[in-house]
Amino acid sequence: MRNLFSSLVASPKFSFYVTLFLFIVLFGAGSVAFDKFFSLQVFLNLFIDNAPLIIVTTGMTFAILSGFGGIDLSVGAVVSLTCMSLAWLMRETTLSPYTCMFLVLFIGIAVGALNGFFITFFRLQPFIVTLGTMFLCRGLTAMISRESVPIENTEYGDLAFMSFEFGDYLISLGAVIALVVVVVATLVLRYTSFGRSVYAVGGNEQSASLMGLKVNRIRLIVYIITGFCSALGGIVYSWIMLSGYTLHGLGMEMDAIASSVIGGTQLMGGVAFMPGTLLGVMIQGTILTIISFQGTLSAWWTKIVVGVLLCLFIVMQALVTEHRNKLMNLSAEDAGKKKKKE
Amino acid sequence: MDLIRKFSRSSLALPLTALALLLLFNAIYDISFFKIDVMENGNLFGRPIDILYRSSSLVILALGMTFVIATGGVDISVGAVVAISAAVCCTTLGGDISGEPHHPFVMAIIFSLVVGVLAGIWNGALVAKFKIQAMVATLILMTAGRGIAQLITDGQIITVYYKPFEYIGGNIPGVPLPTALIIAIAMVCLVLFLDRKTSIGLMIQAVGINQTASRYAGIKVTAVLFAVYIFSGFCAGTAGLIESSLIRAADANNAGFGMEMDAILAVTLGGTLMIGGRYYIGGTIIGALTIQTLTTTMYAIGVSSDRLPAVKAIVILLIITIQSERFKEIVRNYRLRRQAAMKGGEVNHA
Repeated sequence: MRNLFSSLVASPKFSFYVTLFLFIVLFGAGSVAFDKFFSLQVFLNLFIDNAPLIIVTTGMTFAILSGFGGIDLSVGAVVSLTCMSLAWLMRETTLSPYTCMFLVLFIGIAVGALNGFFITFFRLQPFIVTLGTMFLCRGLTAMISRESVPIENTEYGDLAFMSFEFGDYLISLGAVIALVVVVVATLVLRYTSFGRSVYAVGGNEQSASLMGLKVNRIRLIVYIITGFCSALGGIVYSWIMLSGYTLHGLGMEMDAIASSVIGGTQLMGGVAFMPGTLLGVMIQGTILTIISFQGTLSAWWTKIVVGVLLCLFIVMQALVTEHRNKLMNLSAEDAGKKKKKE
Repeated sequence: MDLIRKFSRSSLALPLTALALLLLFNAIYDISFFKIDVMENGNLFGRPIDILYRSSSLVILALGMTFVIATGGVDISVGAVVAISAAVCCTTLGGDISGEPHHPFVMAIIFSLVVGVLAGIWNGALVAKFKIQAMVATLILMTAGRGIAQLITDGQIITVYYKPFEYIGGNIPGVPLPTALIIAIAMVCLVLFLDRKTSIGLMIQAVGINQTASRYAGIKVTAVLFAVYIFSGFCAGTAGLIESSLIRAADANNAGFGMEMDAILAVTLGGTLMIGGRYYIGGTIIGALTIQTLTTTMYAIGVSSDRLPAVKAIVILLIITIQSERFKEIVRNYRLRRQAAMKGGEVNHA
């Protein structure tokens, strides 16, 4: 039993199992407490309501995974800038919505490339660099317009409300895109050489570079991916809001970091599992859903509960890491003893 | 010439130059910038005083942040702690229109400082005892903090009508300088005293450079880490008092919003590296003043508050790039190459 527990704790997916367990417990608690909570639609709503955050968090996980204090604080501001640019492009020009969406994706790529350039070329702290680009994007958003710009394009509105129905249930286009992003990210990290090298670079930069990996180039691509995900998240966000505004996506970076950490990503880099990230977002979503079902609890409880959960996970991670190190030391000692006997 | 070379090598060179450039720009743009008037009630009044006054809570936060960053950590919860402290202070005083406080003013001040210290103990415990990365550890309080503040104020914005409460954010009658500025100066003096006259500064640097080595050298690493986070919490508590007194209310959502980022920025602009180790108190203060001067300058030339971040971002990126080792290396290489080219030229002439 002890051995089983030890091996479970030592398994790299341990925090994913805990996240999964916690999600089931939370969803179960909601189902027990409220009628009509336990339905496929409530579950699907988690994807529909949190689609932008899922996409953004996927990008954030990439940045954190790449190590060297990797983080991207600019994601929320990029979301805001994409929404505003979309709204402005559709109001001021006659471009088709699809062209607009294609164009704004480059905003994310550009911001990501800028982040990556400063971080890799000048070897600056990602925290400070992305803090800078966060300010930059927020400022640029306000330069386009200080007031909220509504999106009135009918074609775009149709796209925003597009949903796929099966039986009594429906899922929005944004949610489908979010799922696709998570699946693609998981596959890329798991099965492509690029994905493996991101893990390698994040785990130990020096060994990765000695192995012949181009650390800087990989990190640059990672930040471009993060920027791209933020812009894509921004497009999906605009489908929900149908407007551009300077305060869109305020504090989203912290939500994304929190979700990623709850999903088992270690901020030191090198450890992450994409489905865990998805669960991290959905746990936050479930808490919100429970609070809205309950009806009398105020929204600030979400913040407190998320904070408590975050605390739980982080302390657990710390303990698990310590335990794992102990196990490794023990096994190393065992190996040493065996050798001596021989 | 020698003096210039000495200055350009000192850690304060870049922050001071940046600040000086900003002030120079102001002087050219509007010569009355540096004018300080005495108001009818004896209070000093003018742009420079205004900048010092408005930057005081940022200076206080940045002082605490400097020590935290020097140990290799970061405290991103300070903004939320400011909100909690403000909430506690205003709730203790109560929002009676009559201006009668529910509890004595001293109690409110002590409570809000204690709350700051408690937050520091919490962060310190996570970082020092549980060995959690500082950013993640303080992220918890950052996420939950505003929720807690709203819980304390019950989701309301409590407006305090008690008259003496204004003194912290404004002026104590008869004193020409704003109280916030006096508090900030006192904090700076305290920090400089600790830094110069005690060994705590050395210990903090040692912990920031190598925790294991410091422990072997007999430094109580856990105690030092605890101390810096508690001090940071205390600073946040003080800033919370000032911030709430400025608007005479506790706004759990907006009090101190984004201040953690500005504080980190001030520390970075001051030349302290985020990897820990050496820190520069003087640089931090100048960094904070630079941020506030930039803000005031931009307002003066008519940049709106929501567009300001774009300008701020460009300044930040510029300064941190110039400070980076890589940039210095590039400049050095360029100089060497030019010298080599000049020498080569001379040889050719000969």
